[in-house]
Amino acid sequence: MPKSKSAYSTPTKVSKLETHIIVVWVDNEASVLSRVVGLFSGRGYNIESLAVAEVDQKNNLSRITIVTTGTPEVIEQIVLQLKKLVPVHKVGNFKREDKNVIFKEMALFKVVGNSAKINKALNACKKFNPVILDQTKKSAVIQITALRREIDKMAKNLKSHGLISVSRTGAVAMTRGAEIFN
Amino acid sequence: MPKLYTGAEILFKCLEEQKVNHIFGYPGGAVLPIYDELKNHSSIKHILVRHEQGAGHAAEGYARSSGKPGVVLVTSGPGATNVVTALTDAYMDSVPLVCISGQVPTHLIGTDAFQECDTTGITRPCTKHNWLVKDIKDLQKIMYEAFEVATTGRPGPVLVDIPKDIQFAKTKYVSLKKEKKIEIKNKNRFNQKDIDQLIELMNKASKPIFYTGGGVVNSGPKASELLRELVALTGFPITSTLQGLGSYPGDDNQFLGMLGMHGTYEANNAMHDCDLLINIGARFDDRITGKIDEFSPKSKKVHIDIDPSSINKIIKVDLAIVGDVTDVIKSTTKTLKKKNLNLEKSNKQKISKWWQQIQKWRTKQSLNFVNSDTIIKPQHAVQRLYELTKKQDTFITTEVGQHQMWAAQHYKFNKPNRWMTSGGLGTMGYGLPAAIGVQVANPTKLVVDIAGEASILMTMQEISTAIQYNLPIKIFILNNQYMGMVRQWQELLHEKNYSESYSEALPDFVKLAEAYGCVGIRAEHPDELDEKIEEMINVDKPVIFDCHVDQAENCFPMIPSGKPHNQMLLGPKDQEENKITGKGKALV
Repeated sequence: MPKSKSAYSTPTKVSKLETHIIVVWVDNEASVLSRVVGLFSGRGYNIESLAVAEVDQKNNLSRITIVTTGTPEVIEQIVLQLKKLVPVHKVGNFKREDKNVIFKEMALFKVVGNSAKINKALNACKKFNPVILDQTKKSAVIQITALRREIDKMAKNLKSHGLISVSRTGAVAMTRGAEIFN
Repeated sequence: MPKLYTGAEILFKCLEEQKVNHIFGYPGGAVLPIYDELKNHSSIKHILVRHEQGAGHAAEGYARSSGKPGVVLVTSGPGATNVVTALTDAYMDSVPLVCISGQVPTHLIGTDAFQECDTTGITRPCTKHNWLVKDIKDLQKIMYEAFEVATTGRPGPVLVDIPKDIQFAKTKYVSLKKEKKIEIKNKNRFNQKDIDQLIELMNKASKPIFYTGGGVVNSGPKASELLRELVALTGFPITSTLQGLGSYPGDDNQFLGMLGMHGTYEANNAMHDCDLLINIGARFDDRITGKIDEFSPKSKKVHIDIDPSSINKIIKVDLAIVGDVTDVIKSTTKTLKKKNLNLEKSNKQKISKWWQQIQKWRTKQSLNFVNSDTIIKPQHAVQRLYELTKKQDTFITTEVGQHQMWAAQHYKFNKPNRWMTSGGLGTMGYGLPAAIGVQVANPTKLVVDIAGEASILMTMQEISTAIQYNLPIKIFILNNQYMGMVRQWQELLHEKNYSESYSEALPDFVKLAEAYGCVGIRAEHPDELDEKIEEMINVDKPVIFDCHVDQAENCFPMIPSGKPHNQMLLGPKDQEENKITGKGKALV
């Protein structure tokens, strides 16, 4: 090992990376998203996807769903640091593999081609509840809901079926069963 | 129809309600309505600084020496950006500050108006929370929340950005006192089970150590009293971080001195070899832990902290107790007494071997240095300052660098809130304005800023503030003409390539003092040191003391980079004995 010239310690061994879905309930107020996102960028945490919307108009609450990757230590820090933010009410933390939690993303595909081509595209999407939101003689906009890797795959597959534009959301999550997260 | 008040009036009413007596600030266009209102509030004194960074550090010194939050008032744009360093400093060292900044009128926000900047955006990462007041009706509630957030849980800085039109706008004001307290985020979460576990660990330990930090000071004077009782009750050795100095008497036999990069040999070795490490209000900073993998490898670790995010951040611990230090120690002591466990007696035999080992480490006398008859050694200067000021209740601030470490090593503190230093951020230029804040909060006490000549030049202008308000602070400069710590690292790590660490064209500090209208004293020889320090103490005016010290002196002992606690580099005496050459040197 070359000699260290730094007065800081050298990085030590890191544990395995895990993907987690962090759900944050926040006051829906100006700059709250920037506080949450700024915490991630400032401390070097990673954001893979992000979904935000107001979920409770009466109490003015928004729900932010963040997919992130990090070591278990980093994930624990993310949760604890988020809880310190003043507008944050509660924080949920789920492993992506967690069978008790549903994760979904939505994607819009614009497909251009004749009706045969469009039907082929629609067929390919069959597994993911495709909905046609707009259709002309030459084009269609198809909406699907699926997991990220499924959408990744579909986006790739549809290329040959005239896909010209993709728009997609970040993941949203909800626990299965009657219980809600507290 | 109830009486309507302007935003500026409401602001002062809020400050009065919070019992604010001093504001550190600097006026400007966007805060003029607030400055205009100042004359109507005689209980609040404004201290005019010379630069907004000075206002921030002065407020920090005020807060740390008094336990009350410091209040800062600055204008928009450059006023706000200048205070960012101080806010970051306060954030790192958990100092409660409430910074009020002016902003351009609401309708001009976002138009790149004159002296506009995105103050809440810029200060978001360096405050616990900040607010932009968009509606006059929110101002009172925000001010209340601001003080609440700054002072509760782990304290820290907050900022309230008030556009100029809001300062003029009018609304009702109702005292919030009677209203239900806004929910406090940090509740005490620990329970008796945690305490019982801690006591079990204490009971089993044969090589225990307390490692205490700034959290003890922040928890209030009561925490220090309780800590002393706990340490006496257990008979365990105790070491402290830079920020924790003073919460336990520096001259007590159970105290091993400061730990960490420039901590004592006995403190660091005890941390490395212990079997029970009890962290009270410290945060396993990288200047403390050294190499993480080899940090205290054989110990069970307990972490007592009010901030849950401090737990397991750097070092995985076996027992976490989240709560205010005062409450945790109180419960611990109470339980110890209830169980009638006098560890000091029952454990004596068990830990006596541990104490013997510690005594062995102590014989190294790691803080020793080779004194001289011809040149003032900086350590000697700090020691003399300590000896000549220890009889009175003295407050010490510092800048950042070698002098700071020498002050921490050789000045012994007996009370909390007497030691104000920039630890986390390491802000050169902190000490002088901090001393001003300390003196404002403690007008009759002796306040000394142990400084370096490079640091002091960063906020030198604030001596003018000290003179304006007759604040007799003493600036004790250990002048070696180098950025000493930079020079030391260059000597040890960069083959003595002293790149840009020598300050040419330094001012004549005695003449500079006179130019500002205070007293300048110079000491160049060890023989005259005591007499000149006495002279400094006895002057009832600000003093700049230019103490010429050995330029080549290094700060030892030291944990070299990437090394664990038990591989310290000791001072010149020891180095001569052990002759670290060749390979050994490359390891530094």
